[in-house]
Amino acid sequence: MDAPITDKVAPAIDPEEVKKELLAKYPPKVGRKRSQQIFIKENEGPEDREVLSNVRTVPGIVTMRGCTYAGCKGVILGPTRDIVNITHGPIGCGFYSWLTRRNQTDASAPGAENYIPYAFSTDMQDEDIIFGGEKKLKRAIQEAYDLFKPKAIAIFSTCPVGLIGDDVHAVAREMKALLGINIFGFSCEGYKGVSQSAGHHIANNKIFTEVIGTSDTPNRTGKYNINMLGEYNIGGDAFEIERILDKCGITVNATFSGNSTYNDFASAQMADLSCVMCHRSINYVADMMETKYGIPWIKVNFIGAHATAKSLRRIAAHFGDPELIAKVEEVIAEEMPLVEEALAKIKPRTTGKTAMLFVGGSRAHHYQELFAELGMTTLAAGYEFAHRDDYEGRHVIPTIKIDADSRNIEELHVEADPERYSPRMSEEDMKAREAAGWKYKEYEGLVPDMAPKTMIIDDLNQYEADKLIEMYKPDIFCAGIKEKYSVQKMGVPLKQLHSYDYGGPYAGFRGAVNYYKDIDRMVNTKVWSKVKAPWAADGPELTACYVAG
Amino acid sequence: MAMLRHTPAEITVDRTALTINPAKTCQPVGAMYAALGIHGCMPHSHGSQGCCAYHRSALTRHYKEPVTAATSSFTEGSSVFGGQANLLTAIQNIFSVYEPEVVAVHTTCLSETIGDDMTQIVEKARSEGKVPAGKHVIYCNTPSYVGSHVTGYSNMVQGMVKNLAKSSGAKNGKVNVIPGFCEPSDMAEIKRLAKLMGADVTMFPDTSGVMDAPLTGKYEMFPKGGATVEEIMSSGDAVGTIALGQWATAAPAKYLDAEFKVPCEIMGLPFGIEDTDAYIMALSKMSGKPVPASIDFERGQVVDVLSDYSQYFYGKRVALAGDPDQIIGLTKFLVELDMVPAYIVSGTPGNKLEKAIREITKDVPAEVKFKCPGDMFLLHQWIKQEPVDLLIGNSYMKYIARDEDIPLIRHGFPIVDRFGHSMFPTVGYKGALRLMEKILDALLTRRDRDASETEFELVY
Repeated sequence: MDAPITDKVAPAIDPEEVKKELLAKYPPKVGRKRSQQIFIKENEGPEDREVLSNVRTVPGIVTMRGCTYAGCKGVILGPTRDIVNITHGPIGCGFYSWLTRRNQTDASAPGAENYIPYAFSTDMQDEDIIFGGEKKLKRAIQEAYDLFKPKAIAIFSTCPVGLIGDDVHAVAREMKALLGINIFGFSCEGYKGVSQSAGHHIANNKIFTEVIGTSDTPNRTGKYNINMLGEYNIGGDAFEIERILDKCGITVNATFSGNSTYNDFASAQMADLSCVMCHRSINYVADMMETKYGIPWIKVNFIGAHATAKSLRRIAAHFGDPELIAKVEEVIAEEMPLVEEALAKIKPRTTGKTAMLFVGGSRAHHYQELFAELGMTTLAAGYEFAHRDDYEGRHVIPTIKIDADSRNIEELHVEADPERYSPRMSEEDMKAREAAGWKYKEYEGLVPDMAPKTMIIDDLNQYEADKLIEMYKPDIFCAGIKEKYSVQKMGVPLKQLHSYDYGGPYAGFRGAVNYYKDIDRMVNTKVWSKVKAPWAADGPELTACYVAG
Repeated sequence: MAMLRHTPAEITVDRTALTINPAKTCQPVGAMYAALGIHGCMPHSHGSQGCCAYHRSALTRHYKEPVTAATSSFTEGSSVFGGQANLLTAIQNIFSVYEPEVVAVHTTCLSETIGDDMTQIVEKARSEGKVPAGKHVIYCNTPSYVGSHVTGYSNMVQGMVKNLAKSSGAKNGKVNVIPGFCEPSDMAEIKRLAKLMGADVTMFPDTSGVMDAPLTGKYEMFPKGGATVEEIMSSGDAVGTIALGQWATAAPAKYLDAEFKVPCEIMGLPFGIEDTDAYIMALSKMSGKPVPASIDFERGQVVDVLSDYSQYFYGKRVALAGDPDQIIGLTKFLVELDMVPAYIVSGTPGNKLEKAIREITKDVPAEVKFKCPGDMFLLHQWIKQEPVDLLIGNSYMKYIARDEDIPLIRHGFPIVDRFGHSMFPTVGYKGALRLMEKILDALLTRRDRDASETEFELVY
């Protein structure tokens, strides 16, 4: 079951023609820029061409992207249950990031805190914009503390806060000293970057500097301790991953940031291996954890049954204990029949169908595994907020040009922690393993896994999505809520891969089965056959003739 | 284990700075929704792209319909140097790629704080030929730190009349109807009643046909519905304006009156019997048409059902959270049903609301607690102190409903976990019937669930 998927089918339409058509309507300047963000795969494997990405969205072009605040508060801090997250700004941002990302959490332990169902905001009014909002923010922190006595309070800056110059970090320091709990702020104003990606970076940096390493007593510990980075527990994915790892005898110290708690972050430096799921949102944390604490990292993927098996084997191989390796094989052997049984039923109904995926920063890569398992072909894929390394692989990182927008995002300078640095592997061991073909600190990106003639499009927009669907007529399109209903008006089902359309989990073995079932339903439901009424013009002509008797 | 486990019953902290679980959101989402009620309109958010993404997502989750809108996509540079270049580029790109009839620009807290001058930028776009002949750009100011989504709706409707309405000097015999922030189903019902009356009305905005469009196999970026630019232009020639909802519609109605001498009548959204009666009377007065028997019939049905079921409504306590115009209409209707609107909060600031609620509830034989601006955290604290029989509010109220085991009727914005709000009206006589059905269903289903075997009844 660990064999690579080889039966990729190239699309029948000439992608060059499609690209021409996509660009035809743009004003010349827009067309020139977009043409560099649309890439047609020529050969198998990696390609030595640049995919323009992480660049500004063209004003007026209807984009799928969100903002820095959304990436910071919504994506990264949203899933943490015992931090009071206060949005400092007018009411909108706090309101929109309230319970809209399905951050499932298990707060069933007696006395457990859970602030996820609450939205906290300073609800700034015009006088706060004119006279400054720092005093109101201080009062808000005090009120939150008096009401809830939380372990920690985080503050998120919205656009106007940055403009009027409220110093949320100074407020955080002052209130931290006064109240004696950890209070930290994020300069995650919406305009800070070109997409959500900037917000992920800002969030992770701050968790790294203010929280990680502040506790030496993890909530869980075992023989093999790992951190799961870049997994956000949409639809309960993190629960399924943890179930499988538990069964193998591997302990998850912290998931960043699905189903997370403050103490999971605070003691994350105690783990022995970092496993990176979403490369885009968190690769820098993996690097920093290695530099500061000596924790090596590997890229994993728990989306897809094959991918899950492969990732489990990779983790077991890292620890190298024959007992663990055997246990992992045992778990795979135990879990796989369920998957195979589901596939045997469903695959005949999905084989040969086609998909397109335009989501997030790694999902458009990972989910192709599940489609491949279903015998489906991915015709086109791309990311909303990727950087070049997510397409082309990490080897291009040194060549990525730092532009003005990237310069806004702080790059932390990290050194080995004088007390807590403890290399989990010697340099020689690491080198020897790498020489033997092991891959640490490695991600090859989306491009090598795509079939020739497929399209890779960065920052897809509404117009191009419409055109792609018109020309390719895929059997399913994967994107987000904003795209869902325009695609479905065309009679093509859209799978939301940010919210999973309120299904899931899709990770791990049981998740794969859920996905097979959901996709089967979506591509085979009767609803799409009812789009045209029997009397519609392009249906069979209705004629009737009444003859008077 | 309670979902909102940290909400204490006792109010021990006097909150002056921290809003928890807001009963409002920000201006631009209301402006975007209003703009979708113009046929062939591309809403445009002038600010960083997160606002636009959030507003599109919020409206999409509520209506389960495509919501297309463009953004100026500010980055740090535009925030420092101003957003003029971004907006000019955006206007040009929107017209060449999407070909709308009109682009409706609203600001955000970002562009407001840096002080971008919409009048000047839009004038520049026109003079530089970025607005094709026969096409339009309208705009309004919607800083998120003033008012709420309702204010934003009002400002965009104001933008429609300010930018488009004209007067030819001759009256066209039509009546303008401006509906407040309500569902496409409500707008359709408001229009249907006018049609039954035989009144010739121009309704704007009109999201019916846009935010409840059919699935046809083809995506129409600009569906058939909505008020046309020509209709809005001609609003200056109307014989009168009926504005339904003080908060959301008074300003544009007064503008038409002041600018073009179109007299206006500003009233409530037509919930329940009395406010629907008032709408019908206003239509009759302005159009000069008598009220037809078909309307008497519809009205009589509502009174009939109320008389049949009065005992189940009488004295039941309700907690409400929502927008001013909606809250006023619902409270009035609850009072008509002899129910007790025990707790009311609205996030939209302004002290006129309290006065209106006090007036409506002055004869209610029980205490009515009210807070504006108030939030759902406070509402929940009140409920914990003394429970109610029913909750009415948006989907966020389901957490209170679950924790306190109280039935919830979803009403207002946003409703993300049920459908019906955009398909079936709650205004007019038909809407009153539907609300009564929903209230009775909720109360009697609860009664059936809680009844002992000996008390369990078949007939109600």
